[in-house]
Amino acid sequence: MKKNTWKAFTAWVNGTAEESRPLRREAGQSAHEKHPLFHLNEEMRVRLFRWEYRAVALIVCLTVVAVLLFTVFHLPLFGEPNNPAVNEVVERYVEKGLEETGAVNMVSGMILDYRAFDTFGESSVLFLAVTSVMMLLLRDEKNISAEEDIQEAHERIIEKEASDRILQKVVSLVMPCIFLFGIYVVLNGHISPGGGFSGGAIMGAGLILYGSAFGTDKVREIFTMKTFRRITSSALLCYAASKAYSFYTGANGLPTGIPLGTPGAIFSSGLILVLDICVGMVVACTMYGFYVLFARGEI
Amino acid sequence: MQAFLEKAVSLRFEIAAVVLFGIGFMNLLLQNNLIKKIVAFNVMDSSVFLFLASQGYIEGRMAPIVQNGVTDASQYVNPIPAGLVLTGIVVSVSVSAFFLALVQRLYKHYHTVDFDEIMMMAKKKVD
Amino acid sequence: MTIAFELLLILALILCAVSALTSRRLLVAVVIYMAYSLIMTVIWALLQSPDLAITEAAVGAGVTGILFLTTLKKIHALKGTKDE
Repeated sequence: MKKNTWKAFTAWVNGTAEESRPLRREAGQSAHEKHPLFHLNEEMRVRLFRWEYRAVALIVCLTVVAVLLFTVFHLPLFGEPNNPAVNEVVERYVEKGLEETGAVNMVSGMILDYRAFDTFGESSVLFLAVTSVMMLLLRDEKNISAEEDIQEAHERIIEKEASDRILQKVVSLVMPCIFLFGIYVVLNGHISPGGGFSGGAIMGAGLILYGSAFGTDKVREIFTMKTFRRITSSALLCYAASKAYSFYTGANGLPTGIPLGTPGAIFSSGLILVLDICVGMVVACTMYGFYVLFARGEI
Repeated sequence: MQAFLEKAVSLRFEIAAVVLFGIGFMNLLLQNNLIKKIVAFNVMDSSVFLFLASQGYIEGRMAPIVQNGVTDASQYVNPIPAGLVLTGIVVSVSVSAFFLALVQRLYKHYHTVDFDEIMMMAKKKVD
Repeated sequence: MTIAFELLLILALILCAVSALTSRRLLVAVVIYMAYSLIMTVIWALLQSPDLAITEAAVGAGVTGILFLTTLKKIHALKGTKDE
């Protein structure tokens, strides 16, 4: 029984399942369909449904907005220092943050030390998103059509013959600066504004720019599917391992044996620098992966 | 009236967040075009972020980056909403990428991005 | 003065949201959405959260816009431009 269910499930996932269930309303409908007014009726039904749907949606929206506005007018004033949002948690993070995490940028210290587990889940969300986009758009033996192949070949020819010289020159000038800025933002995440997410996004955007100016084949010389897999999975594993180490030593700010260093120096604040680099790697690869899968259907 | 206006100006970001949320929600429900639905979803997303971040702002204080070694809680704005929103922004881009990939697959199958037409075609196939 | 500037930004934000969602052409909608993200960046900077400003500038205005535009190309919605 169990095996049968599993088989049916795999068949359903693969799309090879036979439609064994009889369709609903099959018996009762045939008499209806013979009626000359049936099609007219259906059109009217659809139109009526649309009107009803619009009216209900409008009412729901207006109610939600009215309730929210009513609530907003009962909130404490904007920007006051004794709002309930500014409570003892904030005081604790601001006053002890530098001492406990060693990060000058409190936001980085917060998301990569106190709440690092949360950030790990979030990097996994990115990884899962790129995996699901890959499942949907990767051009493999199940997702291929002759029409698309022709268009693909056509675009490759256009890319080769009508390459934009101005764009290429400017990109080759700007590209090193973008990458340097991205790396700077990642490495200085604990000292200045920025961090893994923003730096990774900047580097990913730089890769996208390069790919769209010189063609993705050029990028593939340095960045293939293999590198993509290796970088993302090793960065996530490295994040998990370093956080597991800090849990193993007791977490909660207990000594981990990693020196915090002087605040403001680049090698300071313990694990935050490592975690920032891991997150930056994942984000950069994910952003470029999205673009390439959207544009070409392969990495 | 005067007091009401003053309160409205003081709560400007919250009110803007609610209005943007309403616009996004209405278009998410009423638009037929799937791309427009996704844009509306993104507008809704960022309105929530705007509301969260405006709760963390405190008038006349600095960004939460320690300057000159001063670690006094009365000097900096609230860092917690910034941390929450930072993760939220990156999740929202991956969610919209997933939506767009779904739209591409739907287009490949039905050759349209109009939601009603897709539903009609899907229904005809079932009947 | 700052309040006036902030009110102006908020008005522009709402205007962008409305015009992005009511425009006929999808390309216009996407480009206006990118402008919306840029205005949002300025608001983050005014709300004293530079981390958010950097992230929004790179992600909201950059990568999301590119993903939308690539999708528009795939669904043949770029009529009248060089790509079609």
